[in-house]
Amino acid sequence: MTQEIVISVKDLVKTFGHFVANDHLTFDVYKGEIFGFLGANGAGKTTAMRILCGLSKPTSGTLMVDGLNVYKQAEAIKKRIGYMSQKFSLYEDLTVTENMRLYGGIYGLSPIQIKRRIEELLDQLELQKQRNTLIADLPLGWRQKLAFSVAIIHRPSIVFLDEPTGGVDPITRRQFWDLIYKASHDGITIFVTTHYMDEAEYCDRVSIMNEGKIVALDKPSVLKEQYGVASMNEVFIRIARNIE
Amino acid sequence: MENSIQVNNLIKTYPHITALNRISFNVAEGELFGFIGPDGAGKTTLFRILTTLLLADSGEASLFGLDAARDFKRIRTITGYMPGRFSLYQDLTVEENLNFFASVFGTTVKENYDLIKDIFSHIEPFKTRLAGKLSGGMKQKLALSCALIHAPKLLVLDEPTTGVDAVSRTEFWQMLKNLQKRGITILVSTPYMDEASLCDRVALFQKGNILSIDTPEQVVNNYDKKLWAVRGVNKYTLIEALKTILAVDSVYAFGDSVHITTTINRLDEKALIEYLSPRTQGPIQVSEIRPNIEDCFLRLMRKEEL
Repeated sequence: MTQEIVISVKDLVKTFGHFVANDHLTFDVYKGEIFGFLGANGAGKTTAMRILCGLSKPTSGTLMVDGLNVYKQAEAIKKRIGYMSQKFSLYEDLTVTENMRLYGGIYGLSPIQIKRRIEELLDQLELQKQRNTLIADLPLGWRQKLAFSVAIIHRPSIVFLDEPTGGVDPITRRQFWDLIYKASHDGITIFVTTHYMDEAEYCDRVSIMNEGKIVALDKPSVLKEQYGVASMNEVFIRIARNIE
Repeated sequence: MENSIQVNNLIKTYPHITALNRISFNVAEGELFGFIGPDGAGKTTLFRILTTLLLADSGEASLFGLDAARDFKRIRTITGYMPGRFSLYQDLTVEENLNFFASVFGTTVKENYDLIKDIFSHIEPFKTRLAGKLSGGMKQKLALSCALIHAPKLLVLDEPTTGVDAVSRTEFWQMLKNLQKRGITILVSTPYMDEASLCDRVALFQKGNILSIDTPEQVVNNYDKKLWAVRGVNKYTLIEALKTILAVDSVYAFGDSVHITTTINRLDEKALIEYLSPRTQGPIQVSEIRPNIEDCFLRLMRKEEL
């Protein structure tokens, strides 16, 4: 299978003073795949993700995101990607459609495009009745799904999800992953971090970081076989123990 | 065994929200009791009432024979509370925080050092560092040390492992098991369903209601349906295809498979594979499986909605 590469990282190094947050990371992400970016707290995941999003400059290394150079074309990259984190996503004192309009505008969609996308997303989320509801009055689970839809309102090539499902109930968590599967099926590349190891199994491939380095990268099934265990949770723990 | 905590018909409402809807349960002395549920289930509200930081609208809660509303001063001397948000003094050092909490409770670090030794020894090399400069895992260990320094009978931990990686979570639960061996009763809440199996008993909690209270094993035994795992190459097309089958009752992604139940509680595995094959890629496997806690939680949530 020949696969189109949408993120290409070679020898990425990022240092803060004497601290090496990313220590020669090398990996590719393919178009339309769900790529899990795992690692212990403080392993350097957020640093790498911020660099890929054009929010921080690497110390050295060669990086291309959707065919663009992260050193020279950071602003252009920002238009081609979507981003969603658990902490902040939507304005609580704006309604559902107001949030969509705001983000559509930020991403440079035309008023006609925005109008069309709002209707599409409301239909898909079955939120037509709540279109004029304030975010503050929406249940948490709906907010998460809406936040994801807003992150892909401009049909980006890649969407970065930073622990998108923390604290969400198990039904909503699965509805959320249904949206991710759909987006991936539609050709959007998903780059996701999570602490739920069962979600690691939902990814096409996962990388596991430890102290600034990638220590494993493959399909979940291959990693499980390699370590002779039944779940990604055990893979994760084995890897951490080996390192210690 | 004596009950250390008795809760009867506890109700707490906020404008527009019923945080606790007639909650009743007992916790035995020395038990490791888990509250499992998502954000907004009411876990924090309940813990704040038990630790005397909040008053219920109605109902009773007693801890070791003391009333949570009336005897709050005495309850505070026998409980250690670790809130969900890091609540130590960021501008004090590790050592200063610990000394402060010890002196507030009229004791010294030396007196109870034995109790926190296993936990505190991990962060002792950094005792002159400001608490605000610690990593997530170290903050968690310091917070637990501070909650323990007055040798409480009851430890109340609100989502101590949220946002913590899988390895640190495993370590943390080992610490709790060790504390339990020393006779401390422990109440702990978590959104991670897989942690339920580490508790003696669990309450599955959702929207202010307790869906079930039992041992983790019994929660699983009470699952009232047959459950199958379906494996395929493409999750998206597999899930979409399964959802088109009328007799399929629930379809949930689980790790590397999809768990399904059927309305008639039977499944013709051959017919299912024949139906799915043209609708999704690659080989398909179907097998009946034993549910886990999360399957049970999903099932109870669905029953609640019906």
